[in-house]
Amino acid sequence: MIDPGNAVKKRGKNPALHVDAAPELIAGAMFGLAFGVLLQKGGVGKFHVLIGQLLLQDFTVAKVMLTAIVVGMIGIFTLHHFAKVNLHIKPTRIGSNIIGGLLFGAGFALMGYCPGTAAVALGQGNWDALFGMAGLIAGSWMFVELSGWTKRTIENWGDLGKVLLPDLLHVPRGVFVVGFAMALTALLVLLERFTTR
Amino acid sequence: MNTPTNTRSPGRVIPKSVSYLIGTLALLLICATADAGTIVDARDYAGPAWSPYLAGAGIGMLSWLTFYFSDKPIGASSFYAQLAGFLGKLIAPRHTASLVYFKDNPPRVGWQAVFVISIIVGGALAAVTGGEFANEWLPPMWTERFGDSITLRAAVAFAGGLLMAFGARLAGGCTSGHGISGTLQLNLASWIAVICFFIGGIAVAMLLFKW
Repeated sequence: MIDPGNAVKKRGKNPALHVDAAPELIAGAMFGLAFGVLLQKGGVGKFHVLIGQLLLQDFTVAKVMLTAIVVGMIGIFTLHHFAKVNLHIKPTRIGSNIIGGLLFGAGFALMGYCPGTAAVALGQGNWDALFGMAGLIAGSWMFVELSGWTKRTIENWGDLGKVLLPDLLHVPRGVFVVGFAMALTALLVLLERFTTR
Repeated sequence: MNTPTNTRSPGRVIPKSVSYLIGTLALLLICATADAGTIVDARDYAGPAWSPYLAGAGIGMLSWLTFYFSDKPIGASSFYAQLAGFLGKLIAPRHTASLVYFKDNPPRVGWQAVFVISIIVGGALAAVTGGEFANEWLPPMWTERFGDSITLRAAVAFAGGLLMAFGARLAGGCTSGHGISGTLQLNLASWIAVICFFIGGIAVAMLLFKW
């Protein structure tokens, strides 16, 4: 039987709903809105643009991502150098990154949208994104059910902790950022020259 | 030391769910490719409204703002885990509270949730103002290849979403969290993950659309 007193005590101890402060939520809403507009205008909410990338016919996705990486990287490392922002580095776990990455890719090809672009596709009136989003919730639940097991097994395979590429190669961060930005820009120039879209 | 129940239950659960998953996927691939025949080209359909470099630069600059003002990288996939957590709390609160992932990442109404919901609004705003609002259940390229069964599309998209979310949680992020935010911070994990996203994605897409 449910004891109401006990239920109330439990709820107080472990609140059902944690809500962030309003300014934080407003910032999230504005940034999300901007991200949605940029993704839609960049064409990456469209099924054929995303699948076209995986079929190596349409390189819009690579162009958007590489440009975002170059611009974002230069700004974030500059801001970080002047102690204006924190880095948010997820740990490298080679087993998880590879197995999870391959499963993600396979799912991406089947669904035709990724978690962020599915939201854009839905806003854009591509209603099939709803089926994919239901799958995303189910798949998250499946992972959570198995999270005790993955934590004991796969997540321990090749657990290197937080690793940045420049640290791995023993190159100063500033030097690496400049060199990498040039290399990625060169890649973008090649993409622009040799792809039709 | 592990108790016997601890070691036994995952051993029983995993092969079952994994074999169901593989079986379903194989079935879907067979169904999908058996019906297919038409050779499709993504470039036959409308491209982006803006230059991809403009959109990409905008996203890069947006990430400066999210880091500076919100102390958060751009990301989307963990929102779906939070949604799953809310549903779990409604359906089976005690079981949900016992799960390791939710102990490490308690579901919350926060920046992330508002961010992803606003992406839907932003997408709608951009599509409507740009005359690109689709209002369709099936993407035209899908229809050209696999016909007009919404059930087939729903099953494949659901299976895809399921695999993708599982992969995202295992890998630690999606095309946003790893593919943009992690790679731009030069995180080794993100570069490994994003390369694997494309290896897995290209392999399955080629099987579905070119085979």
